[in-house]
Amino acid sequence: MVSLTIQSSTLAIAAALTGIGLVALALWLAGLISPRSFNPQKGEAYECGIPTRGESMAQFKVGYYLFAILFLMFDVECVFLFPWAVRVKELGGAGLLSIAIFFSILVLGLVYAWRKGALEWK
Amino acid sequence: MFDFSILTEWIHSQLLQFMPEWLAVTTECVLIGVVLLLTYSVLALFYIWFERKVCAAFQCRLGPNRVGPFGLLQSVADMFKILIKELISLNHTDKFLFALAPYLVILASMLAFAVLPWGNGLQIINFNIGIFFLIAVSSIGVLGILLAGWSSNNKFTLIGAMRSGAQMVSYELSIGLSVLTMVAFAGTMNVVEIVEAQNNLWFIFSGHIPAIIAFIIYLIAGTAETNRGPFDLPEAESELTAGYHTEYSGIHFGFFYLAEYLNLFIVSGVATLLFFGGWMPLHFPGWDGFNAIMDYIPSVVWFIGKAIALSFIIIWFKWTFPRLRIDQMLALEWKYLLPINLFNLVLMVLIIVYGIHF
Repeated sequence: MVSLTIQSSTLAIAAALTGIGLVALALWLAGLISPRSFNPQKGEAYECGIPTRGESMAQFKVGYYLFAILFLMFDVECVFLFPWAVRVKELGGAGLLSIAIFFSILVLGLVYAWRKGALEWK
Repeated sequence: MFDFSILTEWIHSQLLQFMPEWLAVTTECVLIGVVLLLTYSVLALFYIWFERKVCAAFQCRLGPNRVGPFGLLQSVADMFKILIKELISLNHTDKFLFALAPYLVILASMLAFAVLPWGNGLQIINFNIGIFFLIAVSSIGVLGILLAGWSSNNKFTLIGAMRSGAQMVSYELSIGLSVLTMVAFAGTMNVVEIVEAQNNLWFIFSGHIPAIIAFIIYLIAGTAETNRGPFDLPEAESELTAGYHTEYSGIHFGFFYLAEYLNLFIVSGVATLLFFGGWMPLHFPGWDGFNAIMDYIPSVVWFIGKAIALSFIIIWFKWTFPRLRIDQMLALEWKYLLPINLFNLVLMVLIIVYGIHF
């Protein structure tokens, strides 16, 4: 097993560099062989043919933000549950009781968001 | 079963004979990088061909059949074509973020790709938090997609990126929770140990009803996570041109395309790993003769075969269900999958702790 002789974190960095290398290499290659021609029309936004109106980097619908906030709540829950999940069997009933308190608070959070109408798309 | 760690240890000892330790490690890292790069691109090209063939079969067409046997070289030819296309420089994009987005998307899929166990002793990154690391790095992809949509300065890309962001973060919860269910059942987060725990029976068979529910939820959430139909509303071609990568041209677009297909492989690879025993052959306790025959099929073939079979199901979804609306998509996750998932986790934990069987 390679990972016995090399640290996993080193390998993770190697994999990350491979990913960056793939993009950089392909871009370099494309830069060498792809054609280049200038045309003022080409730089326009690809929308519907007529000149673009207004700013596109504008404020956007708040509904997406709401779901991002809800996601944060539950994702952090997920992260906290992982260490417990590995040791479920060893911790047994006592561990189950303490995680049940944590769990029920989060379920209450979901119920609250639901009742408040945060899960409706308006 | 053939153990690939014999091979890797032999390479390591051979390298140590004529170079110092640090140089050997560097050489191995370069070798791993090259192998990773090759597998990544070959697999992505194969997947593009595979999807086109499967789609064609569903629509009673032939699909690509001119370049190479069964059109196998079609996607290679397409890759060359995409390389010689011009990279159009746009007027009002945010240049830095626009260039950064493909790096993030590829980086996320490459890191997740490197965690998968390919065969007996054949995995690159072997963290003790393997599956957790995989979920963590695969969420970098959302950043890339959001950046791509935002920096393009185009209305279609902005809508596409926002939809994609909302969809991917929502369905990440379901993925996280169904993975959590299986982690609780396996008692470890290390991918190698998860696979080895399925030596006698795959988790889908030994995990009782919660494992089956978790698998179905994982498959739905995985389809959404890869932005594929019926959840392809981020790039709904009839309304948003091409979604968040509308403004990308040439190989820049190719990166998003590659990463999309690789994510399909990663999602089915993780499903294979958690529910169908990873590279473990089909074993049934007591059937010794059957198990011995199954051991003759190489572990890499098992892993890739199972992953492709699951990808086939995900592609099948696309041609079976109509596209969802955004409110339906969010309601499906938050009102159905998430509560079912939480209940399923409780069920699984009760089975593990008190040994209640169904």
